[in-house]
Amino acid sequence: MAETVLDIQNLAYRWRGPASFALTVPTFKVSKGETVLLLGESGSGKSTLLSLICGTILPDQGCVSIAGTDITTLSARARDKFRGEQIGVIFQQFNLLPFGSVADNIALPLRFAPARRSRVPDPMAQAAELCTALGLPEGVTKAKAAALSVGQQQRVAVARALIGQPPMIIADEPTSALDANSQTAFLELLFAQTQTYQTSLLMVSHDPRLGDRFDRVIRLDDIADVQRAAA
Amino acid sequence: MMVRLALASLMARALTVGMTILAIALSVALFLGVEMVRSGAKASFADTISGTDLIVGARAGSVQLLLYSVFRIGNATNNVTWKSYQDIAARPEVDWIVPISLGDSHRQFRVMGTTQAFFAHYKYRQGRSLVLSDGAIMDDLFDTVIGADVAATLGYRIDDPIIVAHGLASFAEHKDQPFRVAGILEKTGTPVDRTVIISMEAIEAIHVDWQGGAQVPGQSTPVDVIREMDLTPKAVTAALIGVESPLQTFALQRAINEYRAEPLLAILPGVALQELWGIVGIAETALFAVSAMVVVTALIGMMATIFSSLNERRREMAIFRAMGARPATIMSMLVIEAMLMAAIGALLGLLLLYIGLIIAQPILDSAFGLWLPIDAPSARELWAIVGVVCAGAIVSLVPAIRAYRMSIADGMMVKS
Repeated sequence: MAETVLDIQNLAYRWRGPASFALTVPTFKVSKGETVLLLGESGSGKSTLLSLICGTILPDQGCVSIAGTDITTLSARARDKFRGEQIGVIFQQFNLLPFGSVADNIALPLRFAPARRSRVPDPMAQAAELCTALGLPEGVTKAKAAALSVGQQQRVAVARALIGQPPMIIADEPTSALDANSQTAFLELLFAQTQTYQTSLLMVSHDPRLGDRFDRVIRLDDIADVQRAAA
Repeated sequence: MMVRLALASLMARALTVGMTILAIALSVALFLGVEMVRSGAKASFADTISGTDLIVGARAGSVQLLLYSVFRIGNATNNVTWKSYQDIAARPEVDWIVPISLGDSHRQFRVMGTTQAFFAHYKYRQGRSLVLSDGAIMDDLFDTVIGADVAATLGYRIDDPIIVAHGLASFAEHKDQPFRVAGILEKTGTPVDRTVIISMEAIEAIHVDWQGGAQVPGQSTPVDVIREMDLTPKAVTAALIGVESPLQTFALQRAINEYRAEPLLAILPGVALQELWGIVGIAETALFAVSAMVVVTALIGMMATIFSSLNERRREMAIFRAMGARPATIMSMLVIEAMLMAAIGALLGLLLLYIGLIIAQPILDSAFGLWLPIDAPSARELWAIVGVVCAGAIVSLVPAIRAYRMSIADGMMVKS
């Protein structure tokens, strides 16, 4: 059996606010190198689950283990560093610092993750290599991020998530800002890279048509129980 | 890389950031400029008289005596009689004594009657003597020596005629006794530059036909006759004294202050200057406070700019958070950004100050006789810049703390 990268057990989280909202996840695992598509409608608690996995919010009970470390036992400072080391994050859009160069954007996580940094002897060369592998034009690393098209920006975000080979990539609807053709190209490149580096991929989407490329497709409702108080 | 990104982030908001930096630069230039004028004025005043141990005049305030005798500011309320002057001059403690007679003017410049001893004993800026740039010290009764500014402003050369006016800003002129420019002094940066110097006898000579402040109607004594008259002065306005030994200064001062025949006042120039600083000290402090407040205002403006940028930068902060940045890192990034703005602003302010100084130096000199030297920034100025950068950091803590809270609440998920 493959090594487990993400392991969630008995997780319960309640959002304390005007609209009360509770999320429980009895168990959920992602193995090393596995690609998982998590389907859910908007407002189904996807973002909350991703925040719990990334450690920007803490569950009320249960544990979230990434690469064997239970992040709920870590301090806030250690969790932030751990996230930088272990997880590459790709957002829906506006992934990049618009004023920074492409190379700076790609190298950014290394600044906060010394272990990832140590795996990259030459960040600028690595950034250029990743850009080439992701089909970005030659010399793009020196361009300002804001000058790139949305599709190019998403690929740069992939390069940023991959640099220094974190064990896991979390992607939050990375294709929703792209048209159908770009979506296919983007996913092909993403899969090629995760396979090369044996990186686990947890991608969240509302679009079931993307599912056939993934090792596993899970509906959020199947692993989690979401409760909402009637407003 | 973080500083590079911070700079890039500032560049991306060039307009608002530029305005903020400009405001800081102007405020810093103002602050340092006020400081510079203040210390320059002090130095300029302190440099005006040197080597004189006592100044004697009719009894009045010591600051007033200093101002009219040395700086030609204000007027004497009374004169010292020639007899008293001679009594003082005859005292054993007195090494040298120079009489000064004021009250007349030529155009916008004051006329000062004195003796040749003035050129020997008047010293400025740590013991420098007056030097003629052209001509000679007055020799004839109707000769004058003029200061550098007088010559430059009125375009006078040697042998040009000068007509002295009676009193200050007056239309009554001593037309019947024209003077001749005998010498022109080199620039000193003191009120001497703006003075027309004539002999004590000449002061008497031009007032032969005057009584009680007005010309006797129809009376005009020919110059030849005047030259034959006894022109011993009847009074002096003030006198500069050098003592034989510094130890005797206070004894002589007391003796003059207790002079029975006439109420007199003897002052030590340095002490009177200190008194003057005491008087202007409040205004100085107020000026300092106002210019410091301008700097604070500019920094608060910067705080407002950072505040208003926070909302549009939530996405940026979320990206940093997703990359593993702690909320404290995001906070420190904002502080670094503010310090960069303050530092650039302060240095730009220093540059503005020097540009302003280069432009204003000749204007200040000719209009106020205030010579501001252009030197490398002093330690005081560098500390002021460090202070501005630190104050910028402190002020930016307010929006930075808000960013800290926001980045904890948002995590890496911003709905935008």
